[in-house]
Amino acid sequence: MFADTLAFIETASRTPPRDLPSSRQIPFEVTDEADVGTRGMGLSIRGLVKAFDGPPVIDGIDLEIPAGQSVAIVGKSGCGKSTLLRLIMGLETPTSGSITRVGENAATSARFIFQEPRLLPWASVAGNVAVGLGRAGTAKARREAALKALADVGLDGRGDAWPSVLSGGQKQRVALARALVSRPRLLALDEPLGALDALTRISMQGLVERVWRAQRFTSILVTHDVSEAIALADRILLIEDGRIALDIDVPLAWPRQRGTPAFASLEKTVLDRLFDGFEGGAAI
Amino acid sequence: MKIPRALIGWILPVAALLLWELLARIGFIPANVLPAPTAVAIALWRVLQSGELVENIRVSFWRASIGFLIGGAVGFAFGLANGLSRFSEALTDTTLQMVRNVPHLALIPLVILWFGIDEQAKLLLVALGVFFPIYINTLAGIRSVDPQLVEMGKTYGMNGNDLFWKVILPGALPSIFVGVRFGLGIMWLTLIVAETIAASSGIGYMAMQAREFMMTDVVVLTILIYALLGKLADTTARILERRTLAWNPAFQNV
Repeated sequence: MFADTLAFIETASRTPPRDLPSSRQIPFEVTDEADVGTRGMGLSIRGLVKAFDGPPVIDGIDLEIPAGQSVAIVGKSGCGKSTLLRLIMGLETPTSGSITRVGENAATSARFIFQEPRLLPWASVAGNVAVGLGRAGTAKARREAALKALADVGLDGRGDAWPSVLSGGQKQRVALARALVSRPRLLALDEPLGALDALTRISMQGLVERVWRAQRFTSILVTHDVSEAIALADRILLIEDGRIALDIDVPLAWPRQRGTPAFASLEKTVLDRLFDGFEGGAAI
Repeated sequence: MKIPRALIGWILPVAALLLWELLARIGFIPANVLPAPTAVAIALWRVLQSGELVENIRVSFWRASIGFLIGGAVGFAFGLANGLSRFSEALTDTTLQMVRNVPHLALIPLVILWFGIDEQAKLLLVALGVFFPIYINTLAGIRSVDPQLVEMGKTYGMNGNDLFWKVILPGALPSIFVGVRFGLGIMWLTLIVAETIAASSGIGYMAMQAREFMMTDVVVLTILIYALLGKLADTTARILERRTLAWNPAFQNV
């Protein structure tokens, strides 16, 4: 019984010399136009209710998310935004209502990025990324794909490192590579940058934006940071008491410019609504 | 002067040995109480030449390993079953905890009644002693696996088999090794007691024979051999631990 585990751990820790590609490509540059706009999975949510023991956390949500859209869900803590995401990902079962995935074709279609990196400490960085591929293909092919995905998130050459030697931001990049390596059609992100420091956070936001623009999967981001939501999403949903309180499109051009008046006014609109009747949005 | 780290640990034992030799030479310690290290070394040479020592070590080593394998395998199996299945735990854990509270060495008279001084008696006692530390630590290890990683594995499409080999077992391994090292200690302890009380071969038997003939040097020699064998088992476990837990920051000292 032990022998297999040892073999598993050994495979993960093997360190063959490896040639890095000499021509360094800019990760996730939009190159294949035909690919764009065809990858996403649509979602159709009808009368969704979820109650744990007590009042419903999600209290009747109807929502259409077209394929390829980038949606940000904001709200105060405890408003049910994470529960909504977990329902969408099938980690919770709805009390009533339905969630229909449009255009799903494989088990690897939807991927989840958690608030914590959740890397396996006993597998190498490449081994962790390969988790995203499951049993598809040969071990060698999986490793190749994992190394490529790592290069895409700016971690080339780190495939054989243990997760414990990486910084918080690097670990979250590995988690991103693990989610993206199977080329998902839906990516759910549950406050993935919440635990990072401000600088790492900004560079990670840039990375997430480039990845989404290159691959055009459907993206659902839960965040408590309104400016992050505006920087990364086409559409912002504000959840309050388990219901959608605000549903607006973000009409800004990519890549988002944070300093512009349009950005600021949109941010104010959302924040005002967020604090409506609570502390007075104008005072903030 | 810089002393290599590997040697630092040997300074105290060597010093103690020299002091012991000195005190025995000047007659401070009588030879029938504790013979000098050189006398023990001569005894070692004697029993080595007669072939008596090698044969007895072989017998003891065989008993220890077979007993450890049986007890360890059964303990590991119960630990896995009870860690993975609530039903299995509800069914067997109470019973196992009750049995655990019986000191296994207290069973020696009963075991002698059952098996006399045959091999089964020693194997049963060693297996019983090794069973509990491995069972308890395997169970605790599986219970302590991070539920967030298990959830991650499930959302990334791992089935039960993948989840076990890639998440649960590696996560439980550090704790299982703690059990293995405890088990190795108990293995030697049990064997020493069992061989001293009821045996017709083995290192413990050799010690009891030497006592009959007042050969203190051989008695001391057998004690040292037990210590060496114990150290050897522990070192083996440590090497295995370092190899399999290389990912763990605790084993990554530069």
